Amino acid sequence: MKKELIELRVNGRSHELAIEPSALLLDVLRQDLDLTGSKRGCDDSSCGACTVLVDGIAMMACTLLAASCEGQEITTIEGVSEHGSLAAIQKAYGDWGGAQCGYCTPGFIMTVKSLLAENPDPSEADVRSALSSNLCRCTGYSQMYRAIRSAVKAEREGLAVAK
Amino acid sequence: MVDAAEKTTGAGKYTDDLSVPGMLVGKILHSPYPHARIKRIDTTRAGKIDGVVAVVIGKDAPNPYGILPVGHDEHALALDKVRYVGDNVACVVATSEAVAEKALELIDVEYEVLPAYFDPEESMKAQSDLIHDNKPNNLEKDYHHVFGDPDRGFAEADEVLEARFIANEVTHAAMEPHSTLASFEVDPHTGKPGRLTVWSSTQVPYYLQHKLSLVLEMPMQQIRVIKPLVGGGFGGKSEVIPLEIIAAVAARKAQAPVKITYTREEVFWAHRGRPRTIIDLKTGVKKDGRISAVKARVVQDGGAYCSYGVVTILYSGALLGALYDIPNIQYDGYRVLTNKPACGAMRGHGTVNVRFAFESQLDELAAQIGMDPAEIRQRNLLRPPCITVNGLRVQSYGLPECIQKTVERSGWNQRKGNLSKGRGLGIACSHYVSGAANSIIRSDMPHSTVNIKIDRDGGVVVYTGASEIGQGSDTMTAQIAAETLGCSLSRVRVIAADTDLTPIDIGSYSSRVTFMAGNATLRAAEDVKKRIAAAAAKKMACDPSDLVFHEDRVVRKDDAAGLPEELAAKSSGPSQEPSVSGRVEGQILRGSLQQKRKDEGPKDSMTFEEAVVAAIDFHGALTGTGSYAPPQEARGGKHKGAGVGPSPAYSYSAQVAEVSVDEETGEVTVHKVWAAHDCGRALNPVSVEGQIIGSVWMGMGQALTEEMVWKDGMLMNPGLLEYRSPSSVESPEVEPIIVESIDPEGPFGAKECSEGSLAATIPAIANAIYDAVGVRLHESPFTPERVLAAMRAKRSAKSLNLTEGVDPTQPARFREHGGSLWFKGKGPERHALDPARREAPTAAGGAD
Repeated sequence: MKKELIELRVNGRSHELAIEPSALLLDVLRQDLDLTGSKRGCDDSSCGACTVLVDGIAMMACTLLAASCEGQEITTIEGVSEHGSLAAIQKAYGDWGGAQCGYCTPGFIMTVKSLLAENPDPSEADVRSALSSNLCRCTGYSQMYRAIRSAVKAEREGLAVAK
Repeated sequence: MVDAAEKTTGAGKYTDDLSVPGMLVGKILHSPYPHARIKRIDTTRAGKIDGVVAVVIGKDAPNPYGILPVGHDEHALALDKVRYVGDNVACVVATSEAVAEKALELIDVEYEVLPAYFDPEESMKAQSDLIHDNKPNNLEKDYHHVFGDPDRGFAEADEVLEARFIANEVTHAAMEPHSTLASFEVDPHTGKPGRLTVWSSTQVPYYLQHKLSLVLEMPMQQIRVIKPLVGGGFGGKSEVIPLEIIAAVAARKAQAPVKITYTREEVFWAHRGRPRTIIDLKTGVKKDGRISAVKARVVQDGGAYCSYGVVTILYSGALLGALYDIPNIQYDGYRVLTNKPACGAMRGHGTVNVRFAFESQLDELAAQIGMDPAEIRQRNLLRPPCITVNGLRVQSYGLPECIQKTVERSGWNQRKGNLSKGRGLGIACSHYVSGAANSIIRSDMPHSTVNIKIDRDGGVVVYTGASEIGQGSDTMTAQIAAETLGCSLSRVRVIAADTDLTPIDIGSYSSRVTFMAGNATLRAAEDVKKRIAAAAAKKMACDPSDLVFHEDRVVRKDDAAGLPEELAAKSSGPSQEPSVSGRVEGQILRGSLQQKRKDEGPKDSMTFEEAVVAAIDFHGALTGTGSYAPPQEARGGKHKGAGVGPSPAYSYSAQVAEVSVDEETGEVTVHKVWAAHDCGRALNPVSVEGQIIGSVWMGMGQALTEEMVWKDGMLMNPGLLEYRSPSSVESPEVEPIIVESIDPEGPFGAKECSEGSLAATIPAIANAIYDAVGVRLHESPFTPERVLAAMRAKRSAKSLNLTEGVDPTQPARFREHGGSLWFKGKGPERHALDPARREAPTAAGGAD
């Protein structure tokens, strides 16, 4: 298939890319832009390991055409850190055992980012329902809830940027 | 966790995230038939496609291999026969995935289809068309063990029960699909492929290095295996998976680096999960609740290759012992070959399904003799230290406390029997090894070796072959090194699982890392500490044995008692209020005397860096090494198959599950699980709790939803949604309870914590279902269909064959899965009701 030139905004930067119109966003991120933080766990949006934010909405990059994201702001896990240090949610996931093997973690963190942007103080039921788009085989999810609560608290107390 | 940041920022690299210059992509052609002879393979057309660099077939690497020395029955690519749908036939190496996929379709393979075996009990009767010619009756291995006098035991019993239990097949479904990148250096002298470097998602880098050496006929020193981050293993990466060998063979033929990553569907076909197990179990108890005898006949549906099978079938029998005191055991285990993907090791290896049967039957027996289910378990405790009837040595034993704590926390005594209709509580126990006392390659070689190097600035580098797969291996190593050396964790850097740099460690499986690699780390750290102490003692004019390493300082033992206070006094300076206590005053006086002496002569304390500098000046290089081999006493009995089961220490677990059953739909909801686990000493409580919760959760998946559904050798649900791994909304609250029986041989008393809890969850849920609605389920998973069938059978009091599962041809249970290449139009003869045969295929997703 003939390649076409598109402009993709990822993590606040614009990239001009020649891609096949059928190219999936996940492949473009991982192969063309070397942003390998978004993972491929399945091929059919069952696992959520590839979750990125497209204009702030959590989307699964494995079933999204890259070309369809032109003109939209894409945020990947690489764009989550704040001023070079861990964002509250990243620190909390590390501290509270939210990440074991870590393969699903970037996807979960993007899902949580999108949840907290919409609902800064979610109940446990809200969290469970939001996280159900992503699969984890290590943690049984429990320690993630604790991490999310701790991140919400840290954000509220203004500790988001580590001292 | 020392590696948390690279996981939460996405910076950490897993194998599929890696690329090297000139890297090509490999794609594998899989067999469309469950059992067939390959009459001819023609790769000419595929080879002609622009962008195809090489096409690899079986005869490019004909040496057999297998994870067990007794099971070398696999080849990188099929030589003459395929043995399951999904078996590996050929591999195309191309410049892109799209080109490789196109080329796969142009490989012409002529098959002669053979009769296939799918049911283990049918397969055992096979006379012709054997799966492996050297395995009569398709029997991989059978063992027959008798310990004590089971006949007398049953004669003495007051109640005896006998039943058939079936646990269906489950798989690891680790989030990271298997991936391997293989790259040869070109030998500058000959222009031929020289050293090989392999990056792979493996739990066992040294076994991979060994098998690559066998198949490629290269010395191990010419092969470097590097394990990047691994996205979960659960046993699925604890042996050599075909793509790891194929990638290396393909890289050699293509003379370029080759990466192969499985699609999710291929991961399901690679499998190596927990086999479908048929357990005929007979247990006898006396009126006082004591178990008098157990007899188990276990048949495992092992799939087409040996894999870990011989070990799995032995674990099933051996770990009938070491949990309770059982005086008489008879075990007959059959590992059977069938034309399905090979089963292997999965979390709780070999013990889980038998534990489901045993704990379910024990519950029934408790009801028959009118005893509380928690009480009957307490009546059968071991009295350690002891050696069980089948030769397992038990030292630390936290089971009594585990039972007591789960009973307390769950309100068992008050709530059991007083819950609302359809709600129930169930209890069950389990245990697991802290590493196998005998490695799969029988030798006296240490199971773990660790080297430590300390730099002049006090940086500690630990080299360990132990494989971090998400369980916390690297963190545990760093913690033990820092604790032993009395230095801060931030000084320690762990270099792990790179066969060129790190000494041999047999890998991350059988929950051996904390116990074995931890002990090796402890010994290496003590070794290097001895050297530092020798040099520091000279400077401090004392005996090395009088030195204490604590909080980045080296101080004398007589000062050590008040050390934290002394340090506090130093850090807060003169503002520190002098204490009125005579002891502390004395210390302050002595401190000032020492200060005076220090100005004149030998130091009274040194910082860690000062001590390290002194040691390097004194000894030259500053390194330490340590290794661990399980003690002879822990290596088990002498009977055939005695090598599997023994461990230097066992972990123990007791769980109470609270469930409710919808009597209209048969749906089971787990509300909460109280899980007490005896892990020796919890070195990292957050990690230990994470492992317990994760194990319970995975056990719940096997208990309620997860199942590999087969139809004529075809997997009906090769996708993460169809496999029905529980999501956050279906997952119960798990209350982990850490019980610390300090093990005399574990590092700081630590034992296993990652697998043992899983086995108790399934029977705890089964027993809770019985408590809720009064039906005993003999087949897992406990799907609504099975629960409803059991409830109907109970109501009409008519017997109903519970082993008759759901009709897998019902479209609601699976969907056509479009991903793989062997599937397109070339599939085997399909069932009449298979949707793929219909004019209009059902919509993707089925009823989901």
